[in-house]
Amino acid sequence: MSSAEHAVGHHVHRDDEGARLGMWLFLFTELLLFGGMFLIYSIYHYVHQSEFHLAAKQLNTMFGTLNTFILLTSSLTMALSIAAIQKEKKALSVFLQLVTILFAVFFMVNKYFEWSAKIQHGIYPGSEELLMKSNGEILFFGLYYLMTGLHGLHVIIGVLIIGYMTIGTVKGKINSGNFVRLEAAGLYWHLVDIIWIFLFPLFYLIV
Amino acid sequence: MTANPSGVNSVSYLEYKGRHKGIKSWIFSTDHKRIGILYLISMLTFFAVGVTFGFLMRLELFSPGPSIMDPQTYNSIFTLHGIIMIFLFIIPGLPAVFGNFFLPIMIGAKDVSFPRLNLLSWWLFVAGGLLAIISVFLPGGPADTGWTFYIPYSVRSGTNVVPALLAAFILGFSSILTGLNFVTTVHRLRAKGMTFFKMPLFIWSLYSTAWIQILATPIIGITLLLVVMERWLGVGIFDPALGGDPVLYQHLFWIYSHPAVYIMILPAMGVVSEIIPVFSRRTIFGYKFIAFSSVAIALLGSLVWAHHMFTVGMSNTAMFIFSFLTFIVAIPSAIKVFNWVATLYKGSIYTEPPLLYALGFIFLFSIGGFTGLMQGALSVNMHIHDTSFIVAHFHYVMFGGTGFGIFAAMHYWWPKMFGRKYKIKTAKTAFWFLFIGFNLLYFPMFIMGWLGMPRRYYDYLPEYTPYHRLSTIGSWILITGLIIMFSNLYSALRRGEKTTEPNVWGGETLEWKSATPPPLENFDVLPEVSEAPYEYKENDEVEEKKTEEAV
Repeated sequence: MSSAEHAVGHHVHRDDEGARLGMWLFLFTELLLFGGMFLIYSIYHYVHQSEFHLAAKQLNTMFGTLNTFILLTSSLTMALSIAAIQKEKKALSVFLQLVTILFAVFFMVNKYFEWSAKIQHGIYPGSEELLMKSNGEILFFGLYYLMTGLHGLHVIIGVLIIGYMTIGTVKGKINSGNFVRLEAAGLYWHLVDIIWIFLFPLFYLIV
Repeated sequence: MTANPSGVNSVSYLEYKGRHKGIKSWIFSTDHKRIGILYLISMLTFFAVGVTFGFLMRLELFSPGPSIMDPQTYNSIFTLHGIIMIFLFIIPGLPAVFGNFFLPIMIGAKDVSFPRLNLLSWWLFVAGGLLAIISVFLPGGPADTGWTFYIPYSVRSGTNVVPALLAAFILGFSSILTGLNFVTTVHRLRAKGMTFFKMPLFIWSLYSTAWIQILATPIIGITLLLVVMERWLGVGIFDPALGGDPVLYQHLFWIYSHPAVYIMILPAMGVVSEIIPVFSRRTIFGYKFIAFSSVAIALLGSLVWAHHMFTVGMSNTAMFIFSFLTFIVAIPSAIKVFNWVATLYKGSIYTEPPLLYALGFIFLFSIGGFTGLMQGALSVNMHIHDTSFIVAHFHYVMFGGTGFGIFAAMHYWWPKMFGRKYKIKTAKTAFWFLFIGFNLLYFPMFIMGWLGMPRRYYDYLPEYTPYHRLSTIGSWILITGLIIMFSNLYSALRRGEKTTEPNVWGGETLEWKSATPPPLENFDVLPEVSEAPYEYKENDEVEEKKTEEAV
């Protein structure tokens, strides 16, 4: 062997089934990450039922409903973008991915208004206004900021991932013969969606 | 380099030239063997730091009263010793180093499923390690909470707790990625004919470990982040003044950290299961029992976490259940020990260094395991909670167990990995230093713990002096052993006799069918498997012939 560079065989190997399996395993870890928070929520909800109820009344259900609608629709457009690429409709797929990103941005803008309204009323972790309230309410709002905050972070990461996929689709790296990465991004986005599906009733509806 | 007509792959992974040159050809390599070596180097570096801290702690405890450090320094040092040894040495020790190197080879694959993710996990590991080190030098001083970061002190301490927490978080992420990679690899890339029950037992243990890494690590991730949030924002989740519950933190912490001790010990059990049949030239006794006991440990180990918290105040029912489950979890471990011993029985035993270290594992782990059972009993637990008895138990399991497992793996696979032989005699000398030093260092802790010596104290009453003296002297012998062992392995790399013999020890698993050192993609032709591992048929036949002739 005198050549300066040996032949590389690494990235030639492709295993879509393996990639999907890996993504599902990653989603498990995400579920357990949020699972820790859901566990804490359920314990404190059990301990402070009436106070949680009182605190939840101060949340604006309109914001939550709107965001649920936005996120559910974005999951649809995401799934459609994968269907589009499978049917070799590249332009449509790119368009649908961009729509998904746009919905995600709407979601975050909505969230921004919701949070800033709360903060303007002096309700945020450690604020005097909040500390005057009962323990259950303090915990409710603490969890509200932590859980929707962590979820919001996932929305932002999702936007970056989908954006990266859109570039890949435009360049043709993601195409009807090789779309497993777009599929994985879609799975991630559905996870972001499904976590919200649980957050929404827990904070806005059933308490 | 010799030209080999059989194909491009036959170049050793050590000599392979890719896109990058020099150090870049290592730190940007996606080859699982190079990543394994990267982990080996970084892990051993951190191990050296951890050992130094341990050595200093023992030195401080040589005599009662302050001798070489003040209490605050002592608190920081035992915290760092714990964080480094657990998150940077024992957890990655076997899966990330030897798992990375040998998992693909032993299942007859070219690489892991996600080679680039594998490299990313090493980078995260280094980033987390560096963050932990940096936290020592930032203003505020190193964290002094102990590696458990118990609330409320971890929120109140003025030291750099946040960088230490974030370091542990990043290391957890690295660990998750490794686990995810291994599970996918085992499912997708096994060689033709290698069914699950033809996999080597090391792979079974790595597979079970990988599941724990995936399922338990996220819980510690979120818990540590919550402590960070608690420090930054004062949310109140764990603060009783705001309605929170500090005991909840302990539950969440141990929901991960108890399974984590199985992340640490299971791969070491796998290594022992590899070594024992090879050096007794017998098929492993009870293959399926060992395989399933790994899975059983992974499952049951996830249900015993609260036995760390018997003194915090739980309902009697909860205590009873957790105590009961703790006794149950000892069964699969015992099954393994019995099977190893049964394999040795009537085998033709070669007491080479790998076997010595593996036997050391069985002996020390058994002591550690039994003392663990003692703590599982509620009444005894009250007596020895937070004493040095716990420290002794933990070190017997983790150092005597996993640590010796790592040393066994090194001696078993070193010639394969580097194509160099180490000095057998020196390796055996090192073993005896380690074994004697280890027992002298940790056994007195059982006794003084039983007599009431609390753990994590930098000072003690004069009546404990003889035990502390013995223990400190033991630490010197142990460190001498470590120096002999590592310099022997290191000088093997420099001056050791070269070997290209594929099967150094007479093993029957696939890594011994690959060239020494393994070529870039492990095999020129991917192997096909037709029989279970550890089939020492030839050997049995030879034995039978001999006996027939003798008759």
